[in-house]
Amino acid sequence: MAVHIPYIDKPNPVTGVTNAKLGIWLFLASEVMLFGALFSALITLRLGVNDWPHGYEVLNVPLATLNTVVLIFSSVTVVMAWAALKMNNLKQFKTYMSLTLLMSVIFLIVKAIEYGSKFSHGISPATSNFYAIYFVITGLHGLHIIGGIIVNAYLLGPGSKMWSVEPERFTGRIECAGLYWHFVDLVWIFLFPILYLL
Amino acid sequence: MAFPKLNMMSYWVYFVGGVIMMASFLMPGGAAASGWTSYPPLSVISNNAQTVWLISMVFLITSSLLGSVNTIVTAIQLKAKGQNFMRWPIHVWAQVTTAFLLLLAFPPLEAAAVLQLADRVFGSSFFLPSGLVVSGEKWAAAGGGNPLLWQHLFWFLAHPEVYVLILPAVGVVCEIVTANARKPLYGYKTMVYSILFLGFMSFIVWAHHMFMTGMGVTLSSFFQATTMIISIPSVIILTTILLTLWGASIRFSVPMLFATAFLPMFAIGGLTGLPLGLTASDIHLHDTYYVIGHFHYVVAPGTLFALMGGVYYWYPKFSGRKMNETLGKIHFWTSFVAINFVFMPMFFMGSKGVSRRMYDQTVYTHGAATQSWNVVMSTAAFVLLFAQIPFIYNMFTAWKTGKKVENDNPWDATTLEWAASSPPPHENFPTPVEVYRDPYSYSPTTGKVLPQFAPQEG
Amino acid sequence: MASEHMTLEEVKKHTRTYWVIFGALLVLTAITVAISYVHLPFFWAVVLALVVASTKASLVALYFMHLISEKTAIYLTLGLTAVLFVFLIVIPWMIPWAEVRGWFVS
Repeated sequence: MAVHIPYIDKPNPVTGVTNAKLGIWLFLASEVMLFGALFSALITLRLGVNDWPHGYEVLNVPLATLNTVVLIFSSVTVVMAWAALKMNNLKQFKTYMSLTLLMSVIFLIVKAIEYGSKFSHGISPATSNFYAIYFVITGLHGLHIIGGIIVNAYLLGPGSKMWSVEPERFTGRIECAGLYWHFVDLVWIFLFPILYLL
Repeated sequence: MAFPKLNMMSYWVYFVGGVIMMASFLMPGGAAASGWTSYPPLSVISNNAQTVWLISMVFLITSSLLGSVNTIVTAIQLKAKGQNFMRWPIHVWAQVTTAFLLLLAFPPLEAAAVLQLADRVFGSSFFLPSGLVVSGEKWAAAGGGNPLLWQHLFWFLAHPEVYVLILPAVGVVCEIVTANARKPLYGYKTMVYSILFLGFMSFIVWAHHMFMTGMGVTLSSFFQATTMIISIPSVIILTTILLTLWGASIRFSVPMLFATAFLPMFAIGGLTGLPLGLTASDIHLHDTYYVIGHFHYVVAPGTLFALMGGVYYWYPKFSGRKMNETLGKIHFWTSFVAINFVFMPMFFMGSKGVSRRMYDQTVYTHGAATQSWNVVMSTAAFVLLFAQIPFIYNMFTAWKTGKKVENDNPWDATTLEWAASSPPPHENFPTPVEVYRDPYSYSPTTGKVLPQFAPQEG
Repeated sequence: MASEHMTLEEVKKHTRTYWVIFGALLVLTAITVAISYVHLPFFWAVVLALVVASTKASLVALYFMHLISEKTAIYLTLGLTAVLFVFLIVIPWMIPWAEVRGWFVS
């Protein structure tokens, strides 16, 4: 007999949450500390030198604005995908989830264009600490996007088979994937003004 | 565990990290050579093994994150029927607090490791100041970085990390002491709140490792104050365990020997920390052998003894057999004597100002004066090494030949793990266990045991 | 309102909220970009940018991540994280800048 782990689909009556939801929030808490440390590093570096460039002088603000809109939109579609499941509508879920994936790929393409133009001008992390922290933070954020794409693609494709067997558990999974995705969006919301607009 | 697959993933990520870390020893040009703190600029300009070391750290940190998420969710969500927070054994409290420390303190180090990796691999200058000169030549990097940034991010983890090492040990000692004293823990709630307070405070003492960086009187005073405050819950924890022993008819089994030895050893480790936490005396003692002595009294005869006691204590649980008592006592007494000869002389040498980073202290007059202690320490270290042979031999042979336990609960313990048979079958419990009362319910007058899982009183 | 037990009507109401929030986020993005073209004094630029970003972040966290109606266990975790986050962000101001600049001459 397989071991039955309680509270994977229904919330624990005492805490009011499922295992996965508590787990994803704990994970996000640690992510807050990760990006917090990087932002702290950015402030330290900026306070330490006199010739820190303004983001709007050296980075491509219109492209980054486009990316902001793209990411915010993907955040809406992922929460709409969850709401669709809540309304028992798998087809609508698939539409919204595909839109989310499309948006995340667009985000990465725009990012690649941005990186590419920097590299073609011979700019790398070694150029200055402004570019170094820019590449590290946006790069790490990009890795988070890629991670999200993998998870969301799995949940849209093979993972969605769970819907017919354990619908509640599947909805929970989408909620957790959504929480992660919103967090990635949230990081960008801070990253965009701090790196590009100041 | 709440997430079995995550549990396995955590292990395998740890395994990969461990292999990479070991591989860093074999790198051409030698092992990573910038100390465990990896302070830049040295770590950035040092050999290639440092890069491997950093990659391994990223794996290990990830593993610890996955593990701590799993621990917290399991402890909070999957409580047995009747179990609540104030019925948790201290060991569980200690583990959950530890998991929170790992969860929230490790990411800043991961960030720092990524930044140092970028410095080494992509040539950025996060930790390299402008105008850095290495071996008489200007170092080719943009500069503008700050070595102190690394120290802050590093100690933001590394101080809580000390409590990551000591808290589970405290938990283990509590289990062993209550079972062998057959007395309820003196002040259970005090203990719980002390552990939580200790865990929280451990986040705001980190800069006491950096008194010598010139961070100014105000900040130093602040961190001196928090450091003094954090000693209070530590003392409460020790006192609570000590008072549990008061008036008990103690069974000096092998695990109990280790647990009782933990108390004075941890106390020495803790008390010798006070001069380091005071900014004035730290000027003299900073980066000397005294620091090494202090730290190792906490984690070697402290944590290690508690963990060895834990092995002896839980061995019957997972094998159904006890480890040999005589070998255990030989192991304990030789280790106990030897370990004190290893670490006690460090205080003497440190007080004389011998630097911790020197492999030959005799090049200085003040170092040569204490060289004889170094000989004592090295000899004792070898004795300590050989003292572990009976332990390892015991651990492997007892699996087949150890004395079988008479019942499932050989130590008269009260906590849930003893409700399963020893050794536990697949899936541990045939029927879900229920919790009926507080942990450590021993009748102080009759010595009667009331396990948490026993429905009837008597 | 527990997100686990919602009626169809409630979910529909939620989805309408999501689109309203989306609109608000777009407006705020436009505002923050517009401000950046004005080149305010640096201090005020930082303050404004952070205020707008925090507002956007709060909207995402409260409505998309449902933090407006979450359970105590999660609030406690995030509360602890928030406190520790503040400690992290204080680090840059803990560095003795006057001395550090004197250490190395460029």
